[in-house]
Amino acid sequence: MTQPDGHRLQEQLGSALLLAWRNLAHDRARFIVTMVGVTIAVVLIAVQVGLFNGFTSTTTGLIEHSRADLWVAVKGLRNFEITMPQREAHRAAVLAVPGVQRAEDLMVAFAPWHKPQGGYESVLVIGFDPNGGLVGPWNVVSGQLEDLRQQDAVFIDDLNLDKLGVSKIGDTAEIFNHRAKLVGLTHGIRSFTTSPYIFASFRNAVNYGPNKDDQTNYVLVKLAPGAEPKAVQAEIKRRLPDVDVLTRPEFATMTSDYWMFTTGAGSAVLVSAGLGLFIGMVIVAQVLYATTIDHLAEFATLRAMGAPRSFVLRIIGWQATIAAVGGHVIGITLAMLIAKGSENGTALITVTPTMAVGLFLVTYLMCGLAALVSVKKALSIDPAMVFQR
Amino acid sequence: MNNPAIQIHRTSLIYGSGEEMVRAVDAVDLTIPRGELTALMGPSGSGKTSLLMIMGCLLRPTEGRVRMLGQEIGTGLDQNAMAKLRLAHIGFIYQSYNLFPALTALETVRLALDLKGWDKARARAEAPCLLAAVGLEDRMHHRPGQLSGGQKQRVAIARALAGDPEIILGDEPTAALDSRTGHAVMELLRELAHQQGRAVVVVTHDPRVGEMADRRVAMADGRLVSDGQNLGEH
Repeated sequence: MTQPDGHRLQEQLGSALLLAWRNLAHDRARFIVTMVGVTIAVVLIAVQVGLFNGFTSTTTGLIEHSRADLWVAVKGLRNFEITMPQREAHRAAVLAVPGVQRAEDLMVAFAPWHKPQGGYESVLVIGFDPNGGLVGPWNVVSGQLEDLRQQDAVFIDDLNLDKLGVSKIGDTAEIFNHRAKLVGLTHGIRSFTTSPYIFASFRNAVNYGPNKDDQTNYVLVKLAPGAEPKAVQAEIKRRLPDVDVLTRPEFATMTSDYWMFTTGAGSAVLVSAGLGLFIGMVIVAQVLYATTIDHLAEFATLRAMGAPRSFVLRIIGWQATIAAVGGHVIGITLAMLIAKGSENGTALITVTPTMAVGLFLVTYLMCGLAALVSVKKALSIDPAMVFQR
Repeated sequence: MNNPAIQIHRTSLIYGSGEEMVRAVDAVDLTIPRGELTALMGPSGSGKTSLLMIMGCLLRPTEGRVRMLGQEIGTGLDQNAMAKLRLAHIGFIYQSYNLFPALTALETVRLALDLKGWDKARARAEAPCLLAAVGLEDRMHHRPGQLSGGQKQRVAIARALAGDPEIILGDEPTAALDSRTGHAVMELLRELAHQQGRAVVVVTHDPRVGEMADRRVAMADGRLVSDGQNLGEH
């Protein structure tokens, strides 16, 4: 059997890489175990981190998609969803602050959605100003925002059609015993709390929640061009001492931190990612160590020939690199397919190119650390053992 | 003797101490010339392999002086310096070949040339020549598992010759071979000594191998007990 390809590989990349590759690939079963080990670790980490990213973007989606520079809420706010009403008159007070160009009301309230066929689901009613433009649904795939001006009109996300017991535009349900008519659909707007968002005009939303006519949950602020956010923020706080005023990034961070870390949801996925890393490292360490032990006689022969220790290190380094590159390519491909499949599910998994690159560094580090166990063994070889039969 | 390859003077290799002390090599004086095939003979435990490892810079002697190609190596060299000497001047041949199962014959020789720092173009040209020189021009792309014992040992010899070392050291190079193949391998080693002027030393306990050497050095209990030229047909 001829092996001209190996000869060319040796010519182009050197003997250390050739030997590393052949040592790994010579035992196909072990090579497959190595690749499966690294792949599992990469998929586990990628999916868990992807879930973390997906959760984070889900918790802050409405804030990040808003065009409000400042959010004004009742003092003591912890997150977007759980909030207390404030007087609607605050909007006028905010509008009077120098540097404020526009202020809009936003109602956010949990409510029961009574399905047409019976039963109910908890929903989060988002009441906003359809004429305003500071906040509202995005990725609208059916209907027009102006349709929300109609009596009892609501938008929901098409991912929640089944859950809410409706199927098409024109279907009706009830929120707090008040009629809700579906006039539009969005795609991909998820709620972290599992209570789907129901978008309605502020005027209609008052009918669906506990708020009174003169109450709002948030006042959204658009700054005038050139206005200094910190100065306006401080002035609103001075004039309205019983409110919190947050910039959009501050509010997004506060909300994602609350859901990801206060509830333990984020910690859980990060722990799973860490476990994936640990499992992968153990598998790779075992395989690389076993491969090294199997080839100790060859390393001894190399050392007896006069090969420097750096050459042996290069072989083990290349073995770790091959495991890292092979496992990462397969693993990240699978993770991207899983992420693609999650786009139509309730839990979004986000695997970005940046994350793929970052994960490669993690994988390489994992394989490198795993190889350290082998390095110690390989470097302690006595070249004289080649004569000890 | 003009410019010998290896000179060993009052050299000992001692393990342990006190009552447990073992003199694996005991005050040996020996000179290995170039252009000659020397057989180091003796029963198991006689110290012949230990002496070979001292000659091959694989073991540091406990006492005495060792000069290789005019350079003092004795007891003072560190592991890295010994490795450099091995790489530059010595080729090894083993009883069990010690080939790399995953590499072809050509890749094995290229590996040795790579280690010795040969550039790609020279190594590309040299590796097939070395294999052809040992009669393996039609087995270059075969792995050890696809070769006979004699062919494996020829690959090992080609590897040992990579980089043109002045000294070839063999540890029972024919022990795993049938007598006909062993004879052919010894003929090859004799050629390396006679035609290329290398110093070739083989450890063996096989009298037939000893008879093919130019010189037979016998050891027992770590000491040299005889040192004679062969006057036979070879």
